[in-house]
Amino acid sequence: MNFEAIKSIYVFEMARLRRTLLQSVISPVITTSLYFIVFGTAIGSRIQTVEGVSYGSFITPGLIMLTLLTQCISNGSIGIYFPKFTGTIYEILSAPVAMTEIIIGYVGAAATKGLIIGLIILATASFFVDIRIAHPFMMVLFLVLTAVTFSMFGFIIGIWAKNFEQLNIIPMLVVPPLTFLGGSFYSINMLPPFWQTVSHFNPVLYLVSGFRWSFYEIADVNPMVSLGMISLFLVICLSILGWIFKTGYRLRN
Amino acid sequence: MASVVSIDKLTKTYENGFQALKGVDLEIEEGEILALLGPNGAGKTTLISIICGLVNPSTGKVLVGGRDVVRDFRQTRSLIGLVPQELTTDMFETVWNTVTFSRGIYGKKPNPALVESVLKELSLWSKKDSMLRELSGGMKRRVMIAKALAHEPKILFLDEPTAGVDVNLRREMWQVVEKLRETGVTIILTTHYIEEAEEIADRVGVINGGKLLLIEEKAALMKKLGRKQLRLELSEPLKAMPESLKTYNLTLSDDGTALVHDYQGEEGQGTIASLLSTLASENIHFRDLSTRQSSLEDIFVALVAEKAGEDA
Repeated sequence: MNFEAIKSIYVFEMARLRRTLLQSVISPVITTSLYFIVFGTAIGSRIQTVEGVSYGSFITPGLIMLTLLTQCISNGSIGIYFPKFTGTIYEILSAPVAMTEIIIGYVGAAATKGLIIGLIILATASFFVDIRIAHPFMMVLFLVLTAVTFSMFGFIIGIWAKNFEQLNIIPMLVVPPLTFLGGSFYSINMLPPFWQTVSHFNPVLYLVSGFRWSFYEIADVNPMVSLGMISLFLVICLSILGWIFKTGYRLRN
Repeated sequence: MASVVSIDKLTKTYENGFQALKGVDLEIEEGEILALLGPNGAGKTTLISIICGLVNPSTGKVLVGGRDVVRDFRQTRSLIGLVPQELTTDMFETVWNTVTFSRGIYGKKPNPALVESVLKELSLWSKKDSMLRELSGGMKRRVMIAKALAHEPKILFLDEPTAGVDVNLRREMWQVVEKLRETGVTIILTTHYIEEAEEIADRVGVINGGKLLLIEEKAALMKKLGRKQLRLELSEPLKAMPESLKTYNLTLSDDGTALVHDYQGEEGQGTIASLLSTLASENIHFRDLSTRQSSLEDIFVALVAEKAGEDA
């Protein structure tokens, strides 16, 4: 194992977070605060509680997930896409580094950034609403598994993308609808039966539901099913990465 | 001398069907400077990319330090430093950070003293805290070399190191290469500037159309293929070639003011003396005399044209 290389990639990627602090940290915080103001205050004043939890508190786990997913995907994808775009990737590909080490470096950094921002959002949320975490260990587990899985997913997008449009299409066009429709802002029990069924095909539902359960012990699906689904996504991403590295897809061809 | 890189029947066909290499065999000796010459699209960069692990070979084998570049990539890549053709840099990074990163990614423990000496050697020390986007093209090129040297490679690949570089910087680059050679580093450079190969290489290989057309000691190549030409500017124009001069391989310029003698390498030495004495006896005076040796460029152009003719 080339630990120096993993460390180098990780440190290098984290340095970018410091350079783009404003964009990486401040902007998600402002966005989330806006969600609290608009959804929490305007809509929340009419809904008041969902399954016994105040509306503002109810949406907090979903908002953290929304930010975590978006951040992990975009950090994971830009981390590998940018060197591909500028050409500096030659150095990583010609270094004595195995693909697993490259992934650990890039995905580790993207996941760390996502987690930091997720925790900042949690802290921000606590200024607006009451936060109670019933299962801290499970909460961290959901957070870490989601961060790692979606950073990997981002990494895959970064390798696949041939231009900036493709790079942005999933974080911009796919993730927000899935998050909005995945029960971030409501319990799917509030939906008509047909849409409840449709929602079960939305992977984000399982993430949000499991994560919310770790806070308030309320869930749209069994938390163990959520955990199983996240693990399944993780395995799918790992398999795709395994295939990419075996074939050199869009890297060594 | 021992081969440090050994290439056996190497081919590469890209996904789009383009065959970049059509069976290349090449032994690169330790400590030498090898120049690979070839026109654009000849396969030079593909060859280097395979040795360095950037591109997977289709068939054939490459050994670096006796180990296979695909199977034992950790060992082989540790020996190699690569300076690619394109100036690819992380615009927002500092010189110091990017060079330190390069060392780390090769699995070497941080060594600020070494990075410092590399930067000083390449006259980059004063720029160590500058962002790469603030540097001139020549400076960036040197940063690329510094990055390639940061992990103390035994073999250095320079892919078109002086493409788009001004004359001064080119000279400077040659000095850098010369210094590196003194430290025992094997250097392989690709170029389409023939004078570059002529100036610094020990051996010259010519690649075209995915094949290695020849590989030869530079001096031997020049000697074998080099032609010489003697040109005599006459004081008085000649209307026709005098009979006594017809035994020499001479041509008279159209306006009759110059005599041109073509000869091959050393063979001409005896004939030149007799030619000059014949001229004196014929009372033909010349006001100037020049000789010219064909450069690698002429050789190269002739060779590529010849092969193209054969293939047609």
